[in-house]
Amino acid sequence: MSLTLQTFSTVGEASAALKAAGARYLGGGTFVVRDANEGDLSFSTVVRTTDPSLSAIAVSRSEVRIGASATMAAVARHRDLGFLAKVANAIGAPAIRNMATVGGNLFAGSPYGDFTVALLALDARVSVADAGTPGVELPLGVFLAERDSFHAGKIATAVTFEMPEKDEFRFLKVSRVKPRGVAVVSIAAVLKEDRNVISSARIAFGCMADRPVRAKAVEAALAGRQRTKEGIEPALAAALEGMSPITDAIASAWYRAEVLPVHLGRLLLA
Amino acid sequence: MSKVPIHFTLNGSEMSEFVEGGATLLSALRDKIGDLSPKGGCHQGTCGACSVIIDGELRLSCLTLAETCNGVDIKTTSGLAKNGVLHPLQRAFADAFATQCGFCTPGMMMASKVLLDHNPNPTREEVVEAISGNICRCTGYEPIIQAVLIAVRANTVNVA
Repeated sequence: MSLTLQTFSTVGEASAALKAAGARYLGGGTFVVRDANEGDLSFSTVVRTTDPSLSAIAVSRSEVRIGASATMAAVARHRDLGFLAKVANAIGAPAIRNMATVGGNLFAGSPYGDFTVALLALDARVSVADAGTPGVELPLGVFLAERDSFHAGKIATAVTFEMPEKDEFRFLKVSRVKPRGVAVVSIAAVLKEDRNVISSARIAFGCMADRPVRAKAVEAALAGRQRTKEGIEPALAAALEGMSPITDAIASAWYRAEVLPVHLGRLLLA
Repeated sequence: MSKVPIHFTLNGSEMSEFVEGGATLLSALRDKIGDLSPKGGCHQGTCGACSVIIDGELRLSCLTLAETCNGVDIKTTSGLAKNGVLHPLQRAFADAFATQCGFCTPGMMMASKVLLDHNPNPTREEVVEAISGNICRCTGYEPIIQAVLIAVRANTVNVA
């Protein structure tokens, strides 16, 4: 199959080019080139931008902004993003991490998208550019709900979130293949605690739907509870509320449903 | 079908070629340039057989469009041996029986080399992590891990 590659120096030009029929955005290539290799004929042009702002990572005391073209390797080695290194290093193996981008992960379908699971728990916002219109910033949950119906030309350019306090962020990816494998389930949490009582919680799951999801029932069940085995029992009981685990070669939906509360409990009590 | 020019450095030599639009780097290396050391295994980014080193970083040539490689420096396993003398990693793979069918070997070599280029004295765990994206169906991995550690002990891996 013949593909036409168009390279632009700015996001605006790339966005305009994406409005043409049969055009698809090229980030790190781990999804798009794979699809081309597998004979996907839904696109005949791939569009990319070399805009350096898309690869930038900016960290202040209160806020983190990661450009969509930043790779997992770049996130993992960033000196101020130590809490995210575990997440970035859980994505694929070294070669994949040198290629896969944060922006691409936003479009991953389960069982992939572990980084987006973390971003959901961090309550990230996604900056979206669209040639000819002012850019917008969407809550990640809204972005994930709408991403399939995005009209051509929109480009996710960055993710932004508040820097969590020390030890607030937790992440667990459960894989059967060691040391690196596709997720059975991935869980991210941001817990705010006051004297061992959880004042607020944001929890996100991977593999519990066709894309990463927030676990609102778990969050509600954790608020005001002690972070003890007894305290988190209602949250574990609510873990599957609203969830629709996937079945794939790694695990069945039944298996994922069985083990989710176990791993959620381990993450919360760790 | 339209052809596009590509130009890069391959194992120290300047390369210019015309490839079909959308050709992967793997296809360009094997079908156009004749470097058969990167292998086409899964074409999905899963097996690591196509691994090459681009500008010092391990990449998968099956998921890299050749056109995006203009001006870069590419290293493949075929460039490891110098003047008929095997690279220490190649010597160690042979000595440790780390090669059976050989299909994964060039990818394993690239993953190991990039590890040793950045970390001349890795631990066993770091070796395992470095080759975690490379699938071998013959050896059970242990001889490969041992070969990399032998090359580390030889302490000559940085001469290349």
